[in-house]
Amino acid sequence: MAAPKKTASKETGQGNGAGQPLEFTREQELSALRDMLLIRRFEEKAGQLYGMGAIGGFCHLYIGQEAIVVGMQMALKQGDQVITGYRDHGHMLACGMDAKGVMAELTGRHGGYSKGKGGSMHMFSKEKNFFGGHGIVGAQVSLGTGLAFANRYRGNDFVSLAYFGDGASNQGQVYESFNMAELWKLPVIYIIENNRYAMGTSVTRSSAQTDFSKRGVSFNIPGEQVDGMDVRAVKAAGDEAVAWCRAGKGPYILEMQTYRYRGHSMSDPAKYRTREEVDKVRNDQDPIEQVRNRLLAAKVSEQELKAIDAEVREIVNAAADFAQHDPEPDASELYTDIYR
Amino acid sequence: MPIQVLMPALSPTMEKGNLSKWLKKEGEAIKSGDVIAEIETDKATMEVEATDEGTLGKILIPEGTADVAVNTPIATILADGESAADLGKAAAPAKQEKAAESAPPAAEAKSAPAPRGESAPAAPKAVTEPDPEVPPGTEMVTMTIREALRDAMAEEMRRDPDVFVMGEEVAEYQGAYKVTQGLLQEFGAKRVIDTPITEHGFAGVGVGAAMAGLKPIVEFMTFNFAMQAIDQIINSAAKTLYMSGGQMGCSIVFRGPNGAAARVAAQHSQDYSAWYSQIPGLKVIAPFSAADYKGLLKAAIRDPNPVIFLENEMLYGHSGEVPKLDDYVIPIGKARIVRTGGHITIVSWSNGMSYALKAADELAKEGIEAEVVDLRTLRPMDTDTIVASVKKTGRAVTVEEGWQQNGVGAEICARIMEHAFDYLDAPVLRVSGKDVPMPYAANLEKLALPSVAEVVEAAKAVCYR
Repeated sequence: MAAPKKTASKETGQGNGAGQPLEFTREQELSALRDMLLIRRFEEKAGQLYGMGAIGGFCHLYIGQEAIVVGMQMALKQGDQVITGYRDHGHMLACGMDAKGVMAELTGRHGGYSKGKGGSMHMFSKEKNFFGGHGIVGAQVSLGTGLAFANRYRGNDFVSLAYFGDGASNQGQVYESFNMAELWKLPVIYIIENNRYAMGTSVTRSSAQTDFSKRGVSFNIPGEQVDGMDVRAVKAAGDEAVAWCRAGKGPYILEMQTYRYRGHSMSDPAKYRTREEVDKVRNDQDPIEQVRNRLLAAKVSEQELKAIDAEVREIVNAAADFAQHDPEPDASELYTDIYR
Repeated sequence: MPIQVLMPALSPTMEKGNLSKWLKKEGEAIKSGDVIAEIETDKATMEVEATDEGTLGKILIPEGTADVAVNTPIATILADGESAADLGKAAAPAKQEKAAESAPPAAEAKSAPAPRGESAPAAPKAVTEPDPEVPPGTEMVTMTIREALRDAMAEEMRRDPDVFVMGEEVAEYQGAYKVTQGLLQEFGAKRVIDTPITEHGFAGVGVGAAMAGLKPIVEFMTFNFAMQAIDQIINSAAKTLYMSGGQMGCSIVFRGPNGAAARVAAQHSQDYSAWYSQIPGLKVIAPFSAADYKGLLKAAIRDPNPVIFLENEMLYGHSGEVPKLDDYVIPIGKARIVRTGGHITIVSWSNGMSYALKAADELAKEGIEAEVVDLRTLRPMDTDTIVASVKKTGRAVTVEEGWQQNGVGAEICARIMEHAFDYLDAPVLRVSGKDVPMPYAANLEKLALPSVAEVVEAAKAVCYR
């Protein structure tokens, strides 16, 4: 993976510079490790349950990209909103949604966040300000811009985060949204999770401009490329973008350079990339290993790290257990929640 | 010979206009291209440019005159060497004046055609059945449907600060069809928002704002353009409540003119009644009378669900009586019997009611008393009112401007069959738009739409007459 760099319209002049990892405190490192591990173990478990037939339909795993949502969440405050596409389990866990409720939604049970009626791609939490979970590629970009519109309308200083991928970046409504967001100075951060493949099509085969931080140039939206495998770099870029939006300066684009270890969905034969390519990223850049190694170097004991791993595994196992034993929604639920 | 200047047609639906101002005086010299007068149409105030040179001989229609029919002579221009004495020689009009306008909107780029004739009958005067929502003795105010819509929005915006309106040309231009006239002045640019021409994007922004708890009114300049946005309307607005297990829905109104206008051809003349009314999660409203436009738009804005509010451009300028009540809200999902009769039921909605009511008048002359049901809401559909009427009459005809295949009329037929089969004395017939894209030529356009004669014919066939 190429070294990340600051790019694009930096005439907008931000001093500190995203992609310059700030040092984390020990507490921040430990917290990031725990949150990323929770997503990793949760997704591994979801993959298992899918293989067992407990989860149906489409299931898109976030393994490899954990540093992005965890780092960004560290830059937010209570009341900020998050919206994303269909690869959404990590975002929900990072927002603080309960692992049991998410896993039970994956298995289509009554205790799921959407009572089993949404599934992997369609989950929401009003309480945690998570606005989905959207299955139509790119739709969340306009919707997230609308969340920012509501913040501006109400005159508060909340920021909305609209996550989408390198694939969605080629949808027309993304640019319609960019235009309105800059025109009306809406507090929205567009986070492009560039994992290098839109399903099976690499960015070089799908995108005339592969530097996604430049996608806002013609709208005067500042953009940065960020090492999305380094949670500290993500947090630093997030801080900068959030400050920009809270100050009323309009939208901001962050291209997070990342990689997904698993296939696009569970039925992906992965013929479009080599095993070596995947292994190289896993071995050299894994976001969780980076934190673990820093903590070990800082003399945090193996014991302490193992305790975190055990705690996370316990949460995930409890979620899987709940998701397999919770009842399916009652037949009467077929006809509820269509109108209110 | 002196040249007559005629009242020009300045919009696709204009049949008459107000001569608001003369900018030249009698005896003044006129060059081609001079602005000679200002005319207020159903959509905007427009300037009239001279296409002939000479002297303004006589003003035939003084400024301030309202409702001057298109093609009425409004002034006479004297050519060089002619004098006032020549005025009597009354010239045949050489050519129509052309309109100049500072910023023509997309909807008006469809240059000035002749007004539509018979194919869209004028609103019939009398509604025979009293409105159950209006207390007896309520004072009635006559207003256009355009004004009824504007008042509904203004009242709801005064009532609830979370209500705002967004769309193309809704603010500074005062609405492409003048429906949002005056809202910017009262509520300011924060709540009356001009969008770029970006239907998919602003529909999504509206839905996102609604998910965050605001109550947007999203105006589409016409519903034809909403096809760019239909993914956000259906996949995001209509389905989110269900997909979130009831946690998160959106209170939003998508409104604008739907169906055929006049002489704007295939891409600007489509009826979306059937499209939207198929979708669970949406409510779909398509009123006909001015009072219903007002009361139902207020209900739509208050409704916590996504509502598609289908207006009809041909009706915007039509006037009707609206009850003078502080808060006139009509429940969504209730049809109304606007004319009672015992021989046959005619079911329609929106501009289809124009044909239905005129046909009922014609049928009455031949001794057939038709009961006319105005659906008003297409989803949820008031099956009970339709079925009760059919049980009484034993016969039915549906009238719609949209296409027949999988149309709303087909749905009504199916419901009648399911719920009143044993009461039917004849098969139900449908009168609809023809199975073709809308043609431009005036004669073909007229053929493509339903007609009063077709409704009369279908009704007689069903009555075996």
